[in-house]
Amino acid sequence: MTIETSPAARPSAPGRIFAASWFGPLLAAILMYLFFAVTGGGKGFLTVSGTAGWLNTAAELGIIAIPIGLLMIAGEFDLSTGSVVGAASIIVAVGTGFYGLPIALTASAAVLLGIGVGSFNAFLVNRTRLPSFIVTLASNFLLAGSALGLSRLIAGSSNVSLKDAGFLEPVLATKAYGFNISIVWWLLEALLGIWVLQQTRLGNWIFATGGNLDGARRAGVPVSRVKLTLFIWTSVSAAFVGTLQAVAYNSGNAVSGQGYVFQTAIAAVIGGVLLTGGFGSVPGIVFGTMIYGIVSLGLFYTGWPTDWLATFIGGLLVVAVLTNNLLREAALRRGRGRS
Amino acid sequence: MNQPLMRLQGVSCAFGNNLALDSVSIEVQPGEITCLLGDNGAGKSTLIKIMSGVQRPTGGTIEFEGRPVRFESPRDAQLLGIGTVHQDVGLIPLISVARNFFLGSEPTIGWGPFRRLDHGAARRIALEQIAEMGIRRVHDADQLVGTMSGGERQALAIARALYFGARLLILDEPTAALGVKEAAIVIDQIKRARAKGVALVFITHNATHAMAVGDRFTVLMHGRVAAQFLKGEKTREQVLDLMAGGEQYTAMELAD
Repeated sequence: MTIETSPAARPSAPGRIFAASWFGPLLAAILMYLFFAVTGGGKGFLTVSGTAGWLNTAAELGIIAIPIGLLMIAGEFDLSTGSVVGAASIIVAVGTGFYGLPIALTASAAVLLGIGVGSFNAFLVNRTRLPSFIVTLASNFLLAGSALGLSRLIAGSSNVSLKDAGFLEPVLATKAYGFNISIVWWLLEALLGIWVLQQTRLGNWIFATGGNLDGARRAGVPVSRVKLTLFIWTSVSAAFVGTLQAVAYNSGNAVSGQGYVFQTAIAAVIGGVLLTGGFGSVPGIVFGTMIYGIVSLGLFYTGWPTDWLATFIGGLLVVAVLTNNLLREAALRRGRGRS
Repeated sequence: MNQPLMRLQGVSCAFGNNLALDSVSIEVQPGEITCLLGDNGAGKSTLIKIMSGVQRPTGGTIEFEGRPVRFESPRDAQLLGIGTVHQDVGLIPLISVARNFFLGSEPTIGWGPFRRLDHGAARRIALEQIAEMGIRRVHDADQLVGTMSGGERQALAIARALYFGARLLILDEPTAALGVKEAAIVIDQIKRARAKGVALVFITHNATHAMAVGDRFTVLMHGRVAAQFLKGEKTREQVLDLMAGGEQYTAMELAD
């Protein structure tokens, strides 16, 4: 390869968009939507309540999937979110619903739990250099068992009702035309995520930490602090979703969140985040989450047996992983020579 | 050229009973390229670790600008303007040229919660600096570093170190993984840096590359200085012999 003065111009705007990591997920989301509009449109997928259905599902997933995606870009993984959702919802339900404590206190306790779990995960990962996969898997089980055991011990059940959440009712449980307020929180967090990743030093450090850990460290990036921030962000988001569910659905359930353990990671990967770290975008994660919502609610409207949902998601995941690799290759070819 | 920028005197470094460096003395002058030659295990990497503050010597003294210094960490060395570019360069392939250039020292604009990266300045400065280093093929600061060739990445890393104030630049095997043309680009960068008055320490086991640019040479063998000489004092064959520790290397070369 020779280095020569050449008039090679900047890649055109369409070229940039095509190479962006969110372009594939956007295309896939549109295709999925059209597919279910055709197959399920007649049975109500396109109605207001049908749209609210998949958006509500996507929103609660998306609030956790955004920081999970950022964490994956930084090269780490968090499987403990499921237990944090359950534990946070049961803390709020037992505290306020069972004992009648002020909601401000119990919701703060849920957030503190999130900060605690995130710090615990980050501490173990930074100190031991063990893979976060195994560290967070362990904390997921530790917390799941504790939440279940304690709620049975205290309230006699793993499912505790919460009738009035005071000032948090309008903040977390407002509905309009079937659309939950969680959608607003999701979009606000997406804006925050875009800001962080594109416009702040932390964003640069997230990419660098996942892209080349040693290089980042040598360049002076505080990699341990980056991971700590993201682990806490992830766990606090999970605690937020747990609290939101307890308030919006009037009950807390210690085991309700386990589905999120893999769904959030699936949404991020479908959204173009590279499992090996260093690559991904917040819009991509948002589109990936939308795909998850569209598929899981859309299948219901087709009238086909929903037993096949997992198969569908699994197939989607395979396609997404393969496409991600192709897109990354394309991004790395762009600008190399003049091919 | 009387006052060396950095002077190591009688520096030793022992790991247990193993003496990795035995009383090595070396001087680094501004505007000169000091080549550090030696076979694998000769002590080159221990020596640069000491110079860049990664490793503390067990004996000897280090002076920087005539004053004795002790590096507790690489940070101490960096603050004096000692930059190190490792063989693997340490760049992040999946982020842009501009983001890589300023990684860890990103320029920001705005205030408080609205403080944000100054992408415009980062792009402009990064492109200016690498163009000055002679890299003409990169016109887009948003281009991913993974699309650049090995030589261009070395050049980017060197440009970055110089921009952030390196007065002494340690280059660890910068040409080892490169093809002939790519290596020529990096050699050219090294010459440009010298022209700016930067002191360079060029570690290599490639005598040809060393002879092409070196002003003064130190050959290490088994942790000791086997020879120190100035440009033009020895032929390539003599240098190869020194590095190999005898006559065998010449014999091998001639047999080829």
